[in-house]
Amino acid sequence: MKTIQDLKDIKNQKGAQVDIRFGGDAEAEKTYILCCAGTGCTSSHSQDLMANFRKLAEEAGMSDKVEIIPTGCQGLCAKGPVVVVYPGDVHYQLVTPDMAQRIWDEHIVGGTPVSEYLMKEETTSGEDIPFEESSFYNDQVRLALRNCGKIDPENIDEYIAREGYQAIAKALTEMTPDEVIQVMIDSGLRGRGGAGFPTGKKWLFASGNRGNVQKYVCCNADEGDPGAFMDRSILEGDPHSVIEAMSIAGYAIGANQGYIYVRAEYPIAIDRLEIALKQAREYGVLGKNIFGTGFDFDIDLRLGAGAFVCGEETALMTSIEGNRGEPHPRPPFPAVKGLFQSPTILNNVETYANIPQIILKGADWFNCSGTETSKGTKVFALGGKINNTGLVEVPMGATLRHVVEDIGGGVPNGKKFKAAQTGGPSGGCIPADYYDIPMDYENLSSIGCMMGSGGLIVLDEDDCMVDIAKFFLGFTVSESCGKCTPCRIGTKRMLEILEKISEGKGTMEDLDKLEELAKYIKANSLCGLGQTAPNPVLATINFFRDEYIAHIKEKRCPAGVCKALLSYTIDADKCKGCTLCARNCPAGAISGEVRGAHVIDTEKCIKCGVCMDNCKFGAIYKK
Amino acid sequence: MKVSNVPFQGTAEQEAKLIELINEHKGQKGCLMPILQGAQNIYGYLPYEVQKIISDNTGIPMEKIYGVVTFYAQFTTSPKGKCEISVCLGTACYVKGSAAILEKVEEVLGIKEGECTDDGAFSIESCRCVGACGLAPVMIVGGEVYGKITPDDVPGILAKYR
Amino acid sequence: MADIKLTVDNIEVTVPEGSTLLEAARAAGIEIPTLCFLKDINEIGACRMCVCEVEGARSLVTSCVYPVTEGMVAHTNSERVKEYRRKTLQLILSDHNQDCLGCSRSENCELQAMCKKYGVDDTQYYAGKRNESVIDDSSVSIVRDNSKCILCRRCVGACINSQGIGVIGANERGFDTYIGTAFDLPLAETSCVNCGQCITACPVGALYEKDSTAAVKAAIADPDKVVVIQPAPSVRVGLGDCFGMPLGENVEGKMIEALRRLGFDKVFDTNFGADLTIVEEATELIHRVTTGGTLPMITSCSPGWIKFCEHNYPDMIPNLSTCKSPQQMFGAVIKTYYAEKMGIPVDKIVSVSVMPCTAKKFEIGREDQSAAGVPDLDYALTTRELGRMISEAGIDFVNLPDGEYDNPLGEYTGAAVIFGATGGVMEAALRTAVEKISGKELTELNFTDVRGVEGIKEASYNVEPIGEVRVAVASGLANARKLLDMVKSGEKDYHFIEIMACPGGCVNGGGQPHVPSKVRNAVDVRAVRAQGLYDIDEACTIRKSHENPMIIKLYDEWYGEFGSEKAHHALHTSYVPRVINKDL
Repeated sequence: MKTIQDLKDIKNQKGAQVDIRFGGDAEAEKTYILCCAGTGCTSSHSQDLMANFRKLAEEAGMSDKVEIIPTGCQGLCAKGPVVVVYPGDVHYQLVTPDMAQRIWDEHIVGGTPVSEYLMKEETTSGEDIPFEESSFYNDQVRLALRNCGKIDPENIDEYIAREGYQAIAKALTEMTPDEVIQVMIDSGLRGRGGAGFPTGKKWLFASGNRGNVQKYVCCNADEGDPGAFMDRSILEGDPHSVIEAMSIAGYAIGANQGYIYVRAEYPIAIDRLEIALKQAREYGVLGKNIFGTGFDFDIDLRLGAGAFVCGEETALMTSIEGNRGEPHPRPPFPAVKGLFQSPTILNNVETYANIPQIILKGADWFNCSGTETSKGTKVFALGGKINNTGLVEVPMGATLRHVVEDIGGGVPNGKKFKAAQTGGPSGGCIPADYYDIPMDYENLSSIGCMMGSGGLIVLDEDDCMVDIAKFFLGFTVSESCGKCTPCRIGTKRMLEILEKISEGKGTMEDLDKLEELAKYIKANSLCGLGQTAPNPVLATINFFRDEYIAHIKEKRCPAGVCKALLSYTIDADKCKGCTLCARNCPAGAISGEVRGAHVIDTEKCIKCGVCMDNCKFGAIYKK
Repeated sequence: MKVSNVPFQGTAEQEAKLIELINEHKGQKGCLMPILQGAQNIYGYLPYEVQKIISDNTGIPMEKIYGVVTFYAQFTTSPKGKCEISVCLGTACYVKGSAAILEKVEEVLGIKEGECTDDGAFSIESCRCVGACGLAPVMIVGGEVYGKITPDDVPGILAKYR
Repeated sequence: MADIKLTVDNIEVTVPEGSTLLEAARAAGIEIPTLCFLKDINEIGACRMCVCEVEGARSLVTSCVYPVTEGMVAHTNSERVKEYRRKTLQLILSDHNQDCLGCSRSENCELQAMCKKYGVDDTQYYAGKRNESVIDDSSVSIVRDNSKCILCRRCVGACINSQGIGVIGANERGFDTYIGTAFDLPLAETSCVNCGQCITACPVGALYEKDSTAAVKAAIADPDKVVVIQPAPSVRVGLGDCFGMPLGENVEGKMIEALRRLGFDKVFDTNFGADLTIVEEATELIHRVTTGGTLPMITSCSPGWIKFCEHNYPDMIPNLSTCKSPQQMFGAVIKTYYAEKMGIPVDKIVSVSVMPCTAKKFEIGREDQSAAGVPDLDYALTTRELGRMISEAGIDFVNLPDGEYDNPLGEYTGAAVIFGATGGVMEAALRTAVEKISGKELTELNFTDVRGVEGIKEASYNVEPIGEVRVAVASGLANARKLLDMVKSGEKDYHFIEIMACPGGCVNGGGQPHVPSKVRNAVDVRAVRAQGLYDIDEACTIRKSHENPMIIKLYDEWYGEFGSEKAHHALHTSYVPRVINKDL
């Protein structure tokens, strides 16, 4: 059991050395090698890389002089595995396990960084710029991600060195629960899970009757949007910030039990959470009588089992209760009757990650950033057709152009930006016309889009918007819980219409029916999943109607994606008659003499594209 | 009936482990999910026999258990292959061509998504975002992650697991 | 509780706090359509038919579960809302087997009625892929046809919430969701107790009883057969529903006449069997209490309850009264005493009952129910099946004159007729047992403590010379489970327990006519029908079973004493332990 003074001692003792990684100017006692051990980099063998470093340190008898620190996601997943060496703040990219030797020899022992391996940013112009000058890190403002990638998430002392558990200490010893809630209200923090409900208000609703009724604090870590991994990165990189914030919430509303509902697909995050919970209990910052103040709070982990709808708050609670994750109508709201019929608050991971600092630094520190209605920052997971795939955190109100072009490094291969999809299956798309829209809750919803949890997928000219709409609707159809009529049957009918259109069998009446159904489903569905499921369709119809019409009237997919509408042809002038295409065609649809021009039988062609991939002369076209 | 036609081969040890797991959670609020997750870890899948043990020992109606099992994508009532293949169809992977990867895997193994090869060696499923979007498109074979792959890489990768 | 004032469709209305918008609208004389909502049984807000507009609300509200607030202004019938409801119906139809003409619920279908009401003319508007399903007719009582199912889940609510069984539920998810058993086991292989509450909950034709009318009609048409019929107490207060008569109206006379016109050779009344049950059961109770037998003794008239006990409480089988149910006792009397008395060979008798119950179809096939060496009863019809037979025969039921029972065996007491209501068997048994134990004539015949629709009722009586007699009554198997768990844990201790499988007792049985949900949600059907029975009891001159002259005669001529060996042989039965989940 640690006292508040113990925590301060740990911070005093270790703080300066940890601060080196954050620009602190203390003299380094050791060399620190930070290796990303997030999901992306682990997939690229960063564990082997770390093992190699450890072995090298041991063999050189330098284990006490060099510390190898696994961290959470550092953000630039496209360049993973990422390694950073302190002192010096030297970033390496794409470090394979066998690259450890050279870094060790030349940099750690020799003192000269390996310039070939250094992280650099590729720009749209094709010229690489050194990392120090890249906007990827320089333009970010990291609040929720402040510790991610910089501390060892499996070592509570590193979190404590970063003022960890000082916020709960402050709340417990210097603030009343009502004061905590007031700070949250004043800060203007809104839920980062999608809907953007003010966090302080949510807590206030659940704060009545403290001490007399069982209440719960839940954390939504069921990050289900395909292509979104903000919450996972926080859990992997800074799990204690979430645990601390949940304790603060527990104190504020008068709850002594918390649940973190985390996707089972996130094994590393689950491991780190389990370790963090264990350490927090050992230190007494979780459990009975925290800091001797009489406040009890503990947290249990609950794993999801692969149901997107469980990200919806009532469904999440139904799932924790051991049922099919089906939502139920509100009211009653969870703040009144939630988990196990008790008052419950639910916030998402990123929301929680902001809270300890707000308590420590005050509401004004937080609410001076962001826009009028949306305070603070937002973490986005950049994916799709973008150079710097990864995790970025920017102030609310940053423009899409800034995020994609400057921080994200633009669209690769000289292709044109077409649209950005935000909010996953519940969101819409932002077309190039709105490239300069400042992204906050209100602006995005004003164009039929939504902030969502922060997935941001960049689409280029090769992406078909009908196909994208179909992809997302296919997702919601398979993830619909099946309880209410509009979502269960309505989305299925919408998908059938989209399939018709993408096969060139749609009519203009179908398009009307699609819109009509979309509006009906939005208005009539039981929960948020159904109410937002039509958004990807409505947004694409709204901004890319001509593409739908091309599919319907001209039986043509302008982006060349919808298979049924494609045809492959061989340019007789370019064809050398090598027969490679004919030999590889799985449908036997290509005929022609050796050294003579070949022809594709469009009746037999199954449009697999194998011929085009095999042609060495660029003689085959898709249109 | 939807009872798997693969004969159940649960052992007494597995059953003892399951009973222990049930006793550990029984009576706790919302015990069913952790029990099912643990049971699937023990047996690899949740056939009739396993759900019956859970029902008999917790008093939870078997239909409720079955309803929960068939609701969540991660639970399965038929055995999976010794080597599980999972192709990510999350947005980032999808726009980078993971649908073609899945097709290729299906073609190479001659089975469809959700199925298991006759020899029990491979099973295929698709998943939604494993979070390795930087590596898109991504395929996981036997727990190993393969990123930035093309359909042409598929036969070579699978050959390693034959 | 405070009152809430609100405006619904420009009508000001005041309702108690905690009321829903649906209830407030009803108070204002406005009907909001519902499909999935069944009060207390299924309150899930799933079908979306009841969506309404509330001023200031972010989205449409689910009025069936939406609590009203002071000053609320609601619009339940705007053009927008009506258009949405039409679309909801069209979507439901797109995954619904629209073979309406051949459907058991045609003209009695809530979906059909609603489509008509909302003028759904294009029933194929959203035509698309439909879920495939097969009909499960494995059960002797219940048929499930998922092609008709609209996934309102009222059956699921009835099975798990009312009955605490849960053999059917939602499986899979999204568009693939369907109502089924675990692993799609045939219903007959599950621990389904055949109570039929799922059937009466179903708004459409996805659940119905296994039909026995064809076989019964064939028997009637066979000149060689003597077809004997016995309707149960509750049938007379339910049958009128089939012909649009007021809920709970006693139609006993018309029913007798209709049965006669249908061609049944002899028309008796299960009430006689009920009186017989009481004298046997009261005797058994007295015997157990005075000789240290297994207590509490639990009634055995309800075959749904019996099967439930065998599956879920096999260790309590010794607590069950060994008395056969009234239907089976009467069946036994017909094929033994009556056959001999009338000189009819047993194999010529076809014995039929009309029951408010689907579990009775299972009961007639049970072991140890063959006093004459052949099954005591041949066919058990439901009230609904009888209604269909009457309609088909062109009988103008509403205008029928009253008929008379055949004799002998047509006489009954007030004690018998209240068997149909929860607490009725208890009350009837007490009227006999108390008088027998104390040896004094009972003057106060109404045991009001055990009346009413409450799920669990308790009472205790001081009966000299044995002292306090503690009794309990449960209806609805979820309540039965609660009560039995308290007994098993030692928290409660009784001498005698009455359990009826269906909530409210047989009046609300799974074989009774469908009552549209809009009526069920507004009126307590159980109480209305029960009142019909208590009114008959009140009007009877003889209200104690052991005073039924024909019962006295039967024992004089045939069985000797109450509880005699001969009576035991013919009128008592045995039970078998069953598992909840079968081995494969």
